[in-house]
Amino acid sequence: MVGGASAGRRTVPDPGPRRCIMTQSVVLQVGQCGNQIGCCFWDLALREHAAVNRAILIDMEEGVVNEILQGPLRDVFDNKQLITDISGSGNNWAVGHKAFGSLYQEQILEKLRKSAEHCDCLQCFFIIHSMGGGTGSGLGTFLLKLLEDEFPEVYRFVTSVYPSGEDDVITSPYNSILAMKELNEHADCVLPIDNQSLFDIVSKIDLMVNSGKLGTTVKPKSIVTSSAGVHKRRQEKPFDAMNNIVANLLLNLTSSARFEGSLNMDLNEISMNLVPFPQLHYLVSSLTPLYTLADVNIPPRRLDQMFSDAFSKDYQLIRADPKHNLYLACALMVRGNVQISDLRRNIERLKPSLQFVSWNQEGWKTSLCSVPPVGHSHSLLALANNTCVKPTFMELKERFMRLYKKKAHLHHYLQVEGMEESCFTEAVSSLSTLIQEYNQLDATKSMPVQGLPRLRIAV
Amino acid sequence: ELSLELSMSLITLQLGQCGNQIGFEVFDALFRDSHCPHGLCCKRENEEYQASCKERFFSEEEHGVPMARAVLVDMEPKVINQTLSKAAQSGRWKYDQHSCFCQKQGSGNNWAYGYSVHGPRHEESIMNLIQKEVEKCDSLSGFFIIMSMAGGTGSGLGTFITQNLQDQYSEALKMNQIIWPYGTGEVIVQNYNSILTLSHLYRSSDALLIHENDTIHKICAKLMNIKQISFSDLNQVLAHQLGSVFQPAYSEEGSFYYRRNPLGDLMESLVPHPEFKMLSVRNIPQMSENSLAYSTFTWTGLLKHLRQMLISNAKMEEGMDWHVRPPLSRLPTIGKVSVKKEINFNTSIANLVILRGKDVHSADLGGFKDPALYTSWLKPVDAFNVWKTQRAFSKYEKSAALVSNSQFLVKPLDMIVDKAWNMFASKAYIHQYTKFGIEEEDFLDSFTLLEQ
Repeated sequence: MVGGASAGRRTVPDPGPRRCIMTQSVVLQVGQCGNQIGCCFWDLALREHAAVNRAILIDMEEGVVNEILQGPLRDVFDNKQLITDISGSGNNWAVGHKAFGSLYQEQILEKLRKSAEHCDCLQCFFIIHSMGGGTGSGLGTFLLKLLEDEFPEVYRFVTSVYPSGEDDVITSPYNSILAMKELNEHADCVLPIDNQSLFDIVSKIDLMVNSGKLGTTVKPKSIVTSSAGVHKRRQEKPFDAMNNIVANLLLNLTSSARFEGSLNMDLNEISMNLVPFPQLHYLVSSLTPLYTLADVNIPPRRLDQMFSDAFSKDYQLIRADPKHNLYLACALMVRGNVQISDLRRNIERLKPSLQFVSWNQEGWKTSLCSVPPVGHSHSLLALANNTCVKPTFMELKERFMRLYKKKAHLHHYLQVEGMEESCFTEAVSSLSTLIQEYNQLDATKSMPVQGLPRLRIAV
Repeated sequence: ELSLELSMSLITLQLGQCGNQIGFEVFDALFRDSHCPHGLCCKRENEEYQASCKERFFSEEEHGVPMARAVLVDMEPKVINQTLSKAAQSGRWKYDQHSCFCQKQGSGNNWAYGYSVHGPRHEESIMNLIQKEVEKCDSLSGFFIIMSMAGGTGSGLGTFITQNLQDQYSEALKMNQIIWPYGTGEVIVQNYNSILTLSHLYRSSDALLIHENDTIHKICAKLMNIKQISFSDLNQVLAHQLGSVFQPAYSEEGSFYYRRNPLGDLMESLVPHPEFKMLSVRNIPQMSENSLAYSTFTWTGLLKHLRQMLISNAKMEEGMDWHVRPPLSRLPTIGKVSVKKEINFNTSIANLVILRGKDVHSADLGGFKDPALYTSWLKPVDAFNVWKTQRAFSKYEKSAALVSNSQFLVKPLDMIVDKAWNMFASKAYIHQYTKFGIEEEDFLDSFTLLEQ
């Protein structure tokens, strides 16, 4: 399954400067949220490459996928990559996971195998979905188990949109917790996102763009929320700006694997360096800069500002404050005209204000990719394995308990074949264990770093 | 005329991103130096130098563009592609397109993956490529393996291949050029990868030539005055150092031809005992081209600085501690001697000084023959060697390189073992290694060996 001819003679592939992202990955967009984000992603990806597409679009309602097929990306996708139904999952994880899961299992597997065949060397599946609904949450996580069984050596990266406090789907806590258990057990890496943070970032940008400060003009294509530009939709939907941020996240995540640089980082290195223990695989992400000003000469001060911003809580894609919590590991993926000395200088500068766990005091993973994103001269994606995710999980658990104590809406789930109350109790137990792990780590925060006694060798 | 072979050949294995990026700079530096018009010697001398260099590092090609004696290996294609095209673009020399081995997916910074998965899987293909290069040589001195310790391919696969070379080419020597990563900010699991690499290589390599990124970085910043330092800058400094060691040299006895065996000669001078095989390189002077135009040097001055760099374990001529002195224990005590000066003193097992350039025969190496510099079990006459060559190196009218087998690495190694041990004690990241067959026991074995 994994590439590698055994012949001694291996012709060197054409040294084109841009190689196809999709020799290595397959993107699975599940549910309404997943497909809308995925759509933005492909839009932007095409700007960076003339890419051959490898994606599978799954939705249990026709609306979103149909729109994609009629929209400007219709040439990018074809029917062979779709799995749709019409009835929707009714915001019910059980329907998505158990009912549609078993119904579409064979179809999904077949399309997965076909997609995988087209890849030179499949390294990673990207799953994009939301946690709060039914299809993305239920069917999306059903997929995870399927992928693990069918393609055990391929990494599973999941981008999960968590519901905000004011989510209008009442059962979103149930769906999220049930999905969390699957993420805990079957995902290699999860990038949690929440809508509120995305919304705040969008507002911040709007403020900047519309403030009309003296002489400052922003390059439109550089804004992290902007679409590819060429294909303008008739009206920009409210979520478009937010989805574009996530799409940019995915693009930057893969940039070092796609383009050249002096210090490359493949996708398998992300998991290797950022996941010290299998269950602690939730990575908080931040993207900077959010936009580029139109002036040509960018002084080095701006470069350092980019690094500072990446650690600010205002730039994180979930509600989290990594600076005031404990780092297990941190990755900095830099694009553009940035050299190793810039990177080192900034790490040295920022280190004192950050707390790293005692056994990983220098827990930095870095990469330098020469090609910047369109419209920028440089950009930074920071991924943090940090205990600052804990509050998100604790809040989710609280909201779940409020519903579960009253057994509200439970029957909608239990009437689905394969669902039992134990699914709920196991799910919340799994989450509690995870929270406990983070608690234990946090407890070590204020302890002094002790050197452990080393091996003594009898001479 | 002389019908003797010009030189035995050296085959370079470039492994991983680091190995390939450095390898390119090394061949480029060697080639440019050998074609440098400012050799400061007679024409015949220069031609012999060029011919010897060529035989050592390049093979002949029909169209006349020399081909580097190298095998390029990486588990993902981007870097090798870049390396091949950079060389081809230069028009001066190139790589053999068929001497490359590439995969698609990298080693994920995982030593275990490089060693236990990629190694066995691609063993045959890679060893075949090496064999083809060996067949191109009239006479093989050995292998020069360029690799980093911190990543997955260079470190893991590099170790595996070195072991294979030991089995398959037992008569050829192996020197591993190892890049010691920055203390902070490269790869999180670099300390694990490093201890696994060093402990294994210690058993299978003949010599480990170590370069630390932190050191080379300082050289770029302080001596070369580079503001925005890139990996390219680091690699060029390194290539310069290696070139000053590996380019053809005469031995002190003033023979009529250049030394023939690059690795053999180094090993003979520097590795008297297999238990001590870690070597470092110091080079003087090192400066940007602009500064070079305004500087002149004397051998006395250069050698005085070089000696102090050695005993104070400084890596460059700026900012070193002139207070450090060799212990005076062998001389009658004249009053109290400060203990601190002795503690910071870097004892050598063996040293080799390589001088190149103008008036090289007038250089006085007395300072390096002081028995106080060396351990007690070797006499200076055995522990110290010098090679003097009139032909100048790379635009430096006078240049000196010091290759040393000394205590220099004890402290950095100690730091790495410390960090790795701390991480190991909490079992962090271990599952990533056991996944591919490297068990906790293997880690313990490595720690044990290195503590010794």
